Formats: sequence, structure tokens, C-alpha cells
Amino acid sequence: MSTPYFEFLRADLAPGLLEGLWVSIIVIVPSALLGALIGLTAGVLRVYGPWPVRKFAEGYVSLFRGTPLVVQVFFWYFALPYIKFGDWSLVLDPVPAAILSFGLCSGAYQSEYIRGGLNSIKRGQIRAALALGMTTRQAVLNVVLPQAFRRALPGCGNEVIYLIKYSSLASIITVNELTGMATTIAKNSWRNIEVFCTLGVFYLFLVTVAGWLLRLLENALSVPGFERPKA
Amino acid sequence: MDFNIAFTAARESLPYMLGGVVWTAGLIVGAMLLGLALGVPLSVLQVYGPRPVRRVVATYVWLFRGIPILVQLYIFYFGLLAWISNLPGLAGLGLDSPFVAAVLVLGLTSSAYQSQIFRGAIQSLPGGQLKAARALGMTDAQAIRSIILPQALRLSIPAWSNEYSILLKDSALAFTIGVVEIMARMRAIASTTHEPVSMSFVAGIIFFALTWVGVKALSLLENKVRIAGYTRQGAA
Amino acid sequence: MSQPSETTPILEARKLIKVLGGNRVLDCVSLDIGRGRVKVLIGPSGAGKSTLLQCLNFLTPPDSGHILLEGREVDGASKKELCSFRQQVGMIFQDFNLFDHLSALENVRVALVKVKGMSKLDATERAIAELKRVGLADKATHYPANLSGGQKQRVAIARALAMDPKVMLLDEPTSALDPELIGEVLAVIRDLAQNGMTMIMATHQISFSASLADEFIFMEKGRLVEQGSPAELLGKGSSSRTQAFCSKISELTGDSDGECRL
Repeated sequence: MSTPYFEFLRADLAPGLLEGLWVSIIVIVPSALLGALIGLTAGVLRVYGPWPVRKFAEGYVSLFRGTPLVVQVFFWYFALPYIKFGDWSLVLDPVPAAILSFGLCSGAYQSEYIRGGLNSIKRGQIRAALALGMTTRQAVLNVVLPQAFRRALPGCGNEVIYLIKYSSLASIITVNELTGMATTIAKNSWRNIEVFCTLGVFYLFLVTVAGWLLRLLENALSVPGFERPKA
Repeated sequence: MDFNIAFTAARESLPYMLGGVVWTAGLIVGAMLLGLALGVPLSVLQVYGPRPVRRVVATYVWLFRGIPILVQLYIFYFGLLAWISNLPGLAGLGLDSPFVAAVLVLGLTSSAYQSQIFRGAIQSLPGGQLKAARALGMTDAQAIRSIILPQALRLSIPAWSNEYSILLKDSALAFTIGVVEIMARMRAIASTTHEPVSMSFVAGIIFFALTWVGVKALSLLENKVRIAGYTRQGAA
Repeated sequence: MSQPSETTPILEARKLIKVLGGNRVLDCVSLDIGRGRVKVLIGPSGAGKSTLLQCLNFLTPPDSGHILLEGREVDGASKKELCSFRQQVGMIFQDFNLFDHLSALENVRVALVKVKGMSKLDATERAIAELKRVGLADKATHYPANLSGGQKQRVAIARALAMDPKVMLLDEPTSALDPELIGEVLAVIRDLAQNGMTMIMATHQISFSASLADEFIFMEKGRLVEQGSPAELLGKGSSSRTQAFCSKISELTGDSDGECRL
């Protein structure tokens, strides 16, 4: 009656999980992009912005780093519809709600790394660029950003890897991604250990591949003086 | 949106919500201690152990840092612990309680991260420390226990503080396997009172406060064990 | 070394005042320099030498005063004028300030392409020529992290020269270098002077500058205290402040390099 693991894997588990994997990717990629965009903006504002803007950005970062992602996900999906302006309120579907909350949260962490990268550029670099006749814009584009990006890359890349793991939280708001599919299959088949361990393997695979890609990118961009410190 | 109803609901929910703090605290304390108890030996093994041992530790770290906490909770609670507690001799020990599963998961994952923190701290110490200890006739074990670790652990406190705030947030996931901590209570009250907005805020504020308290406490600890004039040497 | 100067000075500063943190770092300073001349700023730290140089190309905008390039006043408020002005005034920093993410060649080339709008091909050709001039053609693909201090400063000089500046400002170019690396940079600077480059240099290298400079300017507390040719200020029997300062330096460094008599 109970089929052996590999048969189960081939027939039921793997197809289901692969379906979920696709949904996971649909959640992760936009979230990573949104997070990078928000993080870049917030990071730049925190370093170069006028005082009120800086304070606002700092507030955003504190809020989204100081509260659990789970609470945030819950808020954007379950609580947001209750904020009514007259008769109208914003009701998000599970996937957009997940993308929004992951993007906002990830953006807060990303901004820290961006800010660190920007701050690590010695003032003299900008002065030399200006002394050569570059405009401020040229100096930022050609001297500050290329260096800041290399400095921020390891941290930001790690953030994306965290995002891959925390995307599992989307299952809590009924998104049928990897974890969501696994839970359904486990409930129907009563084979908890096999299902969830396989699920774990899937995530391990994703995370490891992402780590390799990140290291490849870091090496491709590395320039003497900007190498990854030997771990 | 009616602010009055929201505020009243928030105020009245406080006792119930704050009750969850006890469970959250239990989770965190258990996890941090488990993480510490395992993390220190793991880091020592990874720095000073023979190659095969280092590989094993690296694999352990890879495993627990690669699998999402939510998935680990499912594996342990719905899978392993159910199976283990049915083994002869282990039944009735309450090993299959959600709380135990959550502390195990959070603790083991934390030990993986903590081992890397301590490893970094140990490796940042100048090589001369160990050399001098050996020159005095200490065994490696004595040197590690009395010379290396006291310094490495002090250096690790800021990163440990960071680990605390991460654990605090991850503890909220325990609601998925039935631990009645803050997040679980927030969901329960939000659905009975139909006030998810204010309940989210209350939960958020409680977590904020807990972060602040914990980080403050750890910073006091850092000051208490600080050695005058000792600064990070040769750190990355 | 000195060429017949034209009537209009290449660079002129009139009554510059700069206040930093309540101190008058530049107290109504005026100076000018003619084509092909070399003027050397000497004085104790805090005298205002660096600030003066940084004001001359508006990196630190002066609080009041005027700056003229070839007789035309530079409008410090206009971004466009500033950029165009800075293209004609080269600056060498004490800390080199090479762009860390670019190789030596790219460092020299980047402003040619981005600021002067040269084609990449032409810019590369020019960059290699400048690197050859300072003796570092073989280090073109090296990154700052792999260059010695002396090499970095020479690349910085090549970078500034590539812009064809009318005048060069050098802010203690060898002060951050280990002693054995100073010589290679001084050789390049001497070469520049002998080929007619107009220069204002702040330095502690007194005997080196004595052989190069048309004029020494001794600064103290934001004022130009003494001006005169090296022979005047350091000559036998002179009891100038410059003389006194310079013997103090050679006492401290304990080398006969700081010879204070000509």
C-alpha cells in the first residue's frame, strides 16, 4: 500500500514540488528586485539626503528590521484590507502581498549594506574626481558607485539568499509555493518526514546554487584591493 | 477607520498578548543557550580540529543555514519528533511538544550561525597568543579554554547581540506548530476582534520593545566583562 | 628653469579669506604666478598651505576673495565654469587619491574620456604616453592596491598632466611617502619644472625646492609672511623666518638634506 520513497518522489512529490518551485521563483525574483531598488534608494538617501529625508529613511529601516517578517506578511495580507478610506481599501492577492512585504523588508536590510558601501569610499576619491573637472554627477557615477557596489555586493547578495529562505513564509498567506505545496502533499499522503526532508533538500539546493552564483559574480567584478577577504 | 475602537481593542488585548512574551522569552533563552552550548565547541573544532572533523562541522553549518526555519519546524515537529517519541522508552517524555521542537530548531540553527561568529573571533586573535601559551607548557585544551576563548567570546558579544535580535524575530514562526507565543496570540485576537491592524501594531511594538531591552542588556554585559584597553586586534 | 613671463599672470588670487571652525585659516591672502614659474609654499602645519591650494581650485570655496585664470575672474558659483576651470588647473594630493577600482591606465584615462570627451582610443594613447613620461608604462594594468606609494603619486601626476593643465597645484606631494620612495617623485617634479610647467607646491622638502623654485613663500597662521627667492631667504647671513623654520626642520630630521644655507 505504501509506495517506496523513490516511486513516491517520482510520481507525486517531485511534480508537486516543482510546481511550487515555479511559484516560489515568481515570488522571489520580483521581491529581490523590489528590495534592491528600495534598498538602493534608501541607502543613497541615508548618505546624501537632507536631514528630514534621512530621518525618514532611518525610521523606515528601523521599523522593517525591528519587527518579524511574519508579522509584516500578515499585516499586508490580512490587515491592509481593514484600512478603509471611505468605502475603498486595498486588498492584495496572496502573491502581490508576499512580494510587497518581502520587498519592503529586504529593502531595509539592503539599504544598510548600500549605506556601508557608500560610506566606505574615502573622501579623497571624490575630491580627486572634482579636481579633474568632473561634475558631482560624473564623480558619483564613475568613482563612487563602482566602488560602493563592489563593497556592498557580498552583503546584498547574502540578503537575496535570505530572501530565498524566507520566501517559505508566503505559504502562511496561502501562496502555493514550495512550502505550501509540500504541506498540502504531506497532509494528503501522511508521509511527513519524506515530504519535508525533500522540501529541505530543495531549499538547500536553491541556496547553494545562489551562493555559487554570488561568489562567481564577486570574483568577476573583483579588482585588486576589493577582493573578498579570505574566509 | 475608527480610531477609538482600534485603541480600545489594542488596550484590551494587552494582557493576553503580553502573556505570549513568556513563551517567546522561553524560546529565545532556550535557543540562545543551546546555540551557545553547541556553537562554542563547533567553532573550536572548526578552527583547531583535523580536516575530516572540519568538513563535518562545515556540513552541519551548511545544513542548518540552508534550510529555512519554517521548513525545519515542519520537519522536526510533524516529522522527526512524532517518530522519535513513539520509540520505546522515549514516549511520555513530552518530546513531541511544539515548544521543544521550536527550541530545538531555533537552537540548532543558531548554533550554526554562532559557530561562525566564534570562529571569526578566534581567527582574528593574533597567532602569538596560542604560541605563548604553548611556550609556557599549556596543553592545547588549556590554552583554548583559558586564553583563546575568554578573548574570543568577549569579541563576539556585538555579533551575539545581532543574533539575539534575529532569533527574536524567528521565534515568531513557532506559531505555525502551535506554540502560543506573541504571534500566535496576535492572530487569535485579530480574528476574534476583527481588528488585525491594531493587533499587528501591538505585536510590532512588543517585538520592538523586546529587541531594545535585549540589546541593552547585552550591551551592559559587554561593559561588565570589558577589559580596559583591550581592542580588536587584526580583525577583518 | 625660468622663462620670460608674460604680463598677465596665469593664476591670480586676491584677498582670499577662509574661516574654519572659528579660525581664520586664510587671512586675506593674495598671490599670483606667471607662466613657467615655480612658487613653493613653506611653513608649519596649520599655516594654511593646504587650504590655500584647495581654495585655488575651489575644492574648498573661499569665504571671500577673487580668483583669476589668465586675467579672467572665475565665478565660483557656476558649476559649468568651475568644471572648465578645474580642467585647466591640475592638483596633486598628499594622499594620492587614485581611483581604487581602476587600473593605472584607466585612472589616467577616465577624465580624458568623461570630462574632455576624447574617444577611448585617443585617450588610451595619451594615457600611455603620460605614464611613459613618469616612467610607469609597464605598470599600466596594475591597480592602486598593487602599487607602491611613490608609484601611486607618479600615476596621480600622469593623471593630472593628461588634462594639459595650465598650472599645477601640488599639496605636499611627498609627505605621505616612505623616505626611499621620495626620490622618484621628486625626479618627476623636477622634470616638469625644467620643461616649463607653472607650479605652486607646498612641501617640506626645502633643499629640493630651493634648486627649483623661483620664489619661496613662507606662510604662518594664514598669512604670507615672507616672499623672496631662495637665494634671498636662505642665503648666507640672512636672518629670515624661512631660515629659522628650515633649520628647525633639519634639526628634527637630522639630515643634511635640510641644508639651510645656499
